[in-house]
Amino acid sequence: MSDYLPHRSLMILLVVLLLVISPHLLRLPLWESAAVLAIMIWRAAASVRQWSLPPRALKLALSMAAFAGVYAYFGRVSGQNAGVALLVLMLALKLTEMRSRRDVMVVVFIMYFLLLTHFLFSQELWTVIYLLFSAIAITTLLIDAHHPGTPLPLKTSSRQGARMIVQAIPLMLLMFILFPRIPGPIWGLPHDAGAARSGLSDSMTPGDISSLIQSNEVAFRVRFEGEPPAAGQQYWRGPVFSQFSFRTWSASPEDYRGRISPSIEIGDRKIRYELTLEPMRSRWLFALDMPDPSQLPRESRIDPTGALVLDKPLTQRRLIRGVSSPSYRLQNEMPRRERLKYTQLQKQWNPETVALARQWREQGLNDEQIIESALRMFRNENFVYTLNPPPLGRHSVDDFLFNTRKGFCEHYSSSFAVLMRAAGIPSRIVTGYQGMEANPLSDYYVVRQSDAHAWSEIWLENRGWVRIDPTAAVSPERIELGLRNAVTAAQGLPSFLLDYGSLRQQLEVRWDLINARWNEWVLGYGPEIQQRFLSQFGLADMRNMLLALTISASLVLAAIGMLAMRRAAPPKTREKAMLIWQQAGKKLASYGFKQRPDEGPRDFVDRVLAREPALEGPLRLLLKAYLQLRYERVNNPALEHAMRGAVKDLKRP
Amino acid sequence: MRAWQLIKNILHPLNWVQQRIDRWVMRRIQKQPGPIAVPRNRIYIVPTRFGWGFGAICVVMLLGAMNYSNSMAFALSFLLFSLGLICMHHTHANLLHLQFRAGKAKPIFAGEVAHFEVMVENLAARPRYALASGWAQRQESLPDCHVAAQSTSTIKLAVNAPRRGWLEAGIFSISTEFPLGLFHAWTWAHLDIRCLVFPAPARGGLPPPQSAGSGGTQGAGKQGQDEFAGLRDYQRGDSMKSIHWKSLPKTSKPMVKQFSETVEEALWLEWNHVNIKDPEMRLSQLTRWILDAHAEGRAYGLRLPGTQLDPSCSESHRFECLKALALLQTQ
Repeated sequence: MSDYLPHRSLMILLVVLLLVISPHLLRLPLWESAAVLAIMIWRAAASVRQWSLPPRALKLALSMAAFAGVYAYFGRVSGQNAGVALLVLMLALKLTEMRSRRDVMVVVFIMYFLLLTHFLFSQELWTVIYLLFSAIAITTLLIDAHHPGTPLPLKTSSRQGARMIVQAIPLMLLMFILFPRIPGPIWGLPHDAGAARSGLSDSMTPGDISSLIQSNEVAFRVRFEGEPPAAGQQYWRGPVFSQFSFRTWSASPEDYRGRISPSIEIGDRKIRYELTLEPMRSRWLFALDMPDPSQLPRESRIDPTGALVLDKPLTQRRLIRGVSSPSYRLQNEMPRRERLKYTQLQKQWNPETVALARQWREQGLNDEQIIESALRMFRNENFVYTLNPPPLGRHSVDDFLFNTRKGFCEHYSSSFAVLMRAAGIPSRIVTGYQGMEANPLSDYYVVRQSDAHAWSEIWLENRGWVRIDPTAAVSPERIELGLRNAVTAAQGLPSFLLDYGSLRQQLEVRWDLINARWNEWVLGYGPEIQQRFLSQFGLADMRNMLLALTISASLVLAAIGMLAMRRAAPPKTREKAMLIWQQAGKKLASYGFKQRPDEGPRDFVDRVLAREPALEGPLRLLLKAYLQLRYERVNNPALEHAMRGAVKDLKRP
Repeated sequence: MRAWQLIKNILHPLNWVQQRIDRWVMRRIQKQPGPIAVPRNRIYIVPTRFGWGFGAICVVMLLGAMNYSNSMAFALSFLLFSLGLICMHHTHANLLHLQFRAGKAKPIFAGEVAHFEVMVENLAARPRYALASGWAQRQESLPDCHVAAQSTSTIKLAVNAPRRGWLEAGIFSISTEFPLGLFHAWTWAHLDIRCLVFPAPARGGLPPPQSAGSGGTQGAGKQGQDEFAGLRDYQRGDSMKSIHWKSLPKTSKPMVKQFSETVEEALWLEWNHVNIKDPEMRLSQLTRWILDAHAEGRAYGLRLPGTQLDPSCSESHRFECLKALALLQTQ
């Protein structure tokens, strides 16, 4: 077969390949990126120097090595990361056996797939540009591969590729909007699906949250129907921890797995909101404290600790419509077994803290008074709220309460909870986010990772779990005004929170607005939004959507087809004489006379008149005018008029 | 056998349907002198193997997008799907409104390969790329015919010519998979072109019958001594031996030596005097002699049942003789 791949096509292929795999190269292990680049460079050199391609045994060995390498690095060959790594390697290895144009097709198909895998890692706005650019590049490559002989100028093929992609965009938009979306996933997702993101974790050790707040990433965006919650009530409830050991708080297994929701009584004031949650690969929905158990979002439940959780970890951005109430009573009853769990402390740890709590108890203080004493201690003694706390010793709570006294929300909530437990009051740690930032250009609020927060909950008879935020006692500004106003740069405030009000901040607000719209309308375009959006046009159910899609896509496709056919048609003549002559030709054809391609007008007329002498008058006139207009280049409207009249008179008796 | 056919049809229902449709379409193609335009309803289009693969990839990508509820993945799969549909129109338009005209078909000898020329004219303002050609339902050439905007390209269709006589060009197809190779569009046309096939020349060896028959005008010229009579312009078919190489650098076009005796000595080749029984073999022998005589530059005449061609040594005479042999009716 002589459809040998020319050198130039191969070079185009390598460039396109580099474009398609480059975002992956940054994510893949170093050895793999190096290997892939090496194979590409070798292939280019082999084409220039006319080296022969490697023998079958070597190719087989390389493939085995690729599998082994991926397995050794990832511990598996399936899943999102390992799968992509393997696909990239296989694509590179395909280069070693690429000779003909046919192989280009295989490579192109794999490249389309690789393009898809990028979106598992990132779906930001810029990926649209990347998507279109890569699609044009791959299409150009395909066009080049289907043009044997002298290669098509790159300008021509890339223009053709761009034209086709541009024509495909309206159809794509139609399908995107109208193709019925079904709630995924259809089959299981790999364990590492979705982009790697920071977020609250399953346990809390001092330092965890203060490292998280260094991140400017958006945790979620929220829009309220009606009044937003007051500053002191902007608590977004996340993981709850009830076990304390050494210095780490973690969730107890029964809380984690339990399916029984606690009793929740909700106050009359309801806050309705829409929350667009970024995929943090966690199960928590971070509902506003406290979600209404009667109006839960789809596929979610309230776990035994009162947190709103999903059945499966969230790997995709999701829009949640929630209803919460700032006044609530959580868990009326505290069985003995649970009471033990929530007052449990490791023996012989933090003796000074335990002694302080005992002392308060011995003074005859009740639960409320002990809480008040603890908060008063935080408020009145010289506790400092800082993001750069000094390291703590072996008895971390003792060290913090009586020695360093410099800490962050996790230190305050943790020591407060331990203090309460020592006094025999059930307590636990709630993590989540606190506060939010309004986007001045729109009606939504942004909650960032830097708003991560930890507070305590105390169980009191007749009141249930009560939220106590010891941080508020130390630094009321943190709760009322946010982190930015509570600490200074010297205390470790991240730089992105510093230059508030500057031009950069303004741009960021705008950019965030665009991103929010993008996330909400494009990336979050799932079954719910689709139905809401399309029901405005009366296309609420799947059947109507498919019908609308079929009709509109056919119309668009027909229009594009017409365009393509118009471009293929011979240019229409603008010469009036010619047009009138063609009219006459049509009329004569209906009488059975057709001008042959080898026949001039004069011969044709002679032939017609020989058979149909009755047409003599008008036909002679027509011929004379036609010859004058066309060949003698006479410019005379009167002649054209005469021709038209003659055509009218062309009638068989 | 029938059962096997049935199983095959069940396994490849599309193939079977396509064969039926093809047969139906082929019956309706008329032989035309040309030019044949390619209207919209004469273009047939089906997905190629890669087209099906491309469709399958789109479906797999769509399933992946659904599984991950990934909007950009949806966008990509829809973009590719749209691209495929648009490619269909572009492939179709790559053939649309082309015009085919009959070109030359150089006479050949039986057993050789006949080449029919078809002029492909593109009247539109945009070029056509990568057109393949071939006889209907047979292997097609590489798609290497490109027609620039408002111009004409020539394609050659080859076919074996086993027998002498007129060889009619059959139905041929012009097809394309440009631009993306996802669809195969083709059109069938039947141009009225024919190629003259001379009888295959017999192997040399048998000498021409000297002074055979009545009309031998022997002795009119001198024998043995060739008398140089001057130079004339080269004509197609002149033998290499007669070219005057020495003058080539000076005149820059080949000249041919003429000898007086070549005009004078005439050879009569007669159907009735060839001592071979089989009529086709006899024609082959006559062909061989004509070729030899022409190569030597000798004048020769041909007598066939019902025809006589007077001696000459010109190129057109050679053609007339061979044509007469090619078209001779033998019982």
